[in-house]
Amino acid sequence: MLTVVFDGVVYSSWLFLMAAGLTLIYGVMRILNIAHGSLYAIGAYAAASLGGAWIAGGQAVWATYVALALSALAVGLLMGPLIERGLLRWMYGKDEIVLLLVTYALFLVLEDAIKLVWGVESKMFSEPYALLGNFQLGGLAYPAYNLVLIAVAVLTGVVLSWVLHRTRQGKLLLAVIHDREVSAAMGINVSRFYLATFTGGAVLAALGGALTAPVIAVSPGIGVEVIVLSFAVVVIGGLGSLGGAALGALMVGLLRSLAVRYWPEGELFVIYMVMAGVLILRPKGLFSQPEARRI
Amino acid sequence: MKSIMARDRTVIALVALCAALGASAWLAPQWLVFLLAMALAKGLVVLGLLLLMRTGLVSFGQGLYFGLGAYAAALLANRAGIGDAAVMLLAGTACAALVAAVLGLLLARYREIFFAMLSLAFSMILYGLLVKSSTLGSTDGFNLHAKSFAGIALGAADARRVFYGVSAIAVLSVGWALHRYLGSHWGRLSSAIRDNELRVEYLGASVYRVVYVNYLVAAALAGLGGAFAALAVGHVDPETVYWTTSGEFVFIAILAGTGNVLAPFLAAAIFEALRTLASQYAPNVWQMALGGAMLAIIMFLPGGLWTLLKRKPA
Repeated sequence: MLTVVFDGVVYSSWLFLMAAGLTLIYGVMRILNIAHGSLYAIGAYAAASLGGAWIAGGQAVWATYVALALSALAVGLLMGPLIERGLLRWMYGKDEIVLLLVTYALFLVLEDAIKLVWGVESKMFSEPYALLGNFQLGGLAYPAYNLVLIAVAVLTGVVLSWVLHRTRQGKLLLAVIHDREVSAAMGINVSRFYLATFTGGAVLAALGGALTAPVIAVSPGIGVEVIVLSFAVVVIGGLGSLGGAALGALMVGLLRSLAVRYWPEGELFVIYMVMAGVLILRPKGLFSQPEARRI
Repeated sequence: MKSIMARDRTVIALVALCAALGASAWLAPQWLVFLLAMALAKGLVVLGLLLLMRTGLVSFGQGLYFGLGAYAAALLANRAGIGDAAVMLLAGTACAALVAAVLGLLLARYREIFFAMLSLAFSMILYGLLVKSSTLGSTDGFNLHAKSFAGIALGAADARRVFYGVSAIAVLSVGWALHRYLGSHWGRLSSAIRDNELRVEYLGASVYRVVYVNYLVAAALAGLGGAFAALAVGHVDPETVYWTTSGEFVFIAILAGTGNVLAPFLAAAIFEALRTLASQYAPNVWQMALGGAMLAIIMFLPGGLWTLLKRKPA
């Protein structure tokens, strides 16, 4: 049972990194960003390339952790503003569903861009994963790298909620999430928050990818599966809510590890059953806040 | 009556297209017949999406019904030993409609992004089941063959053309029926719902009922398209239900626009032709071209390709 919970928490941590960015972007910009999956994939590729190059260049293996963080930052800080300023800015004011289609188109473009830049062969980059070795839990050996994943996710969650609830800029951001128009009328520079949020979300997505790169074979199409899972998480938690994303990630992670253990055939089935169930019973998600009424 | 028919260009175009496709069934090379068959199958699904979009809804889960239709047809052939293509097509349609009759009760209350997400969730549930069910071939799926079509035995390659030719006529009749539906009382209510739901309610019409019926029709069309595609390809796998398949349908629908029932078939034909070309010459930039085209259409041609064909009102 302990192992099931641990597996679940590891998976949740990974999901949370993806979902946190997705839900914030939706909360602020009302964009359900399908291209988030591509940013994840680009993060993974960048980490694998940079880390691989550092090791080939004779750097110590521990230094690849810096490479992971650096590549995530670089991808986020480059791609975030590029996408927001270059494309999304022109789309504001359209229907949410049209914005969804725009990010879907962007997703298609980025999927092929990845293939053009990195080729179609899969990349292996397992050195950071192998470095930490294993530890024992419930009689089973677990890779210690999983603990890194959990630590990063918890840290991200704490930092994000601290920024949102304890800093001036964060509180302004919450105001924008609550009501964009009134915030703008109160003199908040909404468009700056759009840029910041999208860039932040992009960094988180790339970080999720970069941290996953050592665990998997980085190959074309890894973003495709991730994005529907993240959708499930944010929908369960409530679109636009950070706490909801954490709760959704935990639920999906634990459910999945339970299913893998006791009913392997139902692995995907249970996740999407819960997603549909939440949408049916509480369409705005478990953690939704009452919306400001507009007349 | 005759004068009304004469003025309706869409009907004329449908009849002409019917004749052209019927002729192509005999004259065209095998690869083109296959391409056109796939275009018709996907055109049917997109026709359903057109109806939903007229109502103001975008479903990211039409793959659910596409896959249901395909699997229903394939199971009938493979497990029940019924090899008649006409029965398979009907079964695919009926199966999709039955499931939609239940799910539609829920979905008809949803709008916008929540409609898209819930329909996505439903399709992913089926995907999750199919991928893990070893009796249905898991991720590999399984093959199917049609032995006859409405009692006429199908054997050699020529017989496949019979099947395709007859289906083309059937599919375009469906297009005609939908054209009539869109022009009818309920069809016009759909556009009204997209524009302002509240006012439709004030007028005394039931928004819920119109959305429900439209959802049902769209699902039945997707089921028919799925069964048709399964027969054309001769194989089904869980990919038919996956969200990328649903996304592809949405893409074709955006390409087509909601202007006319012919637009989905036109767009599907363009899509399939481009895909065939791209898979030969540029397999790695194919999606990029798609995405670029989609962005261009959303920005500069929100009515879809159809608006290029439409004459400006004099």
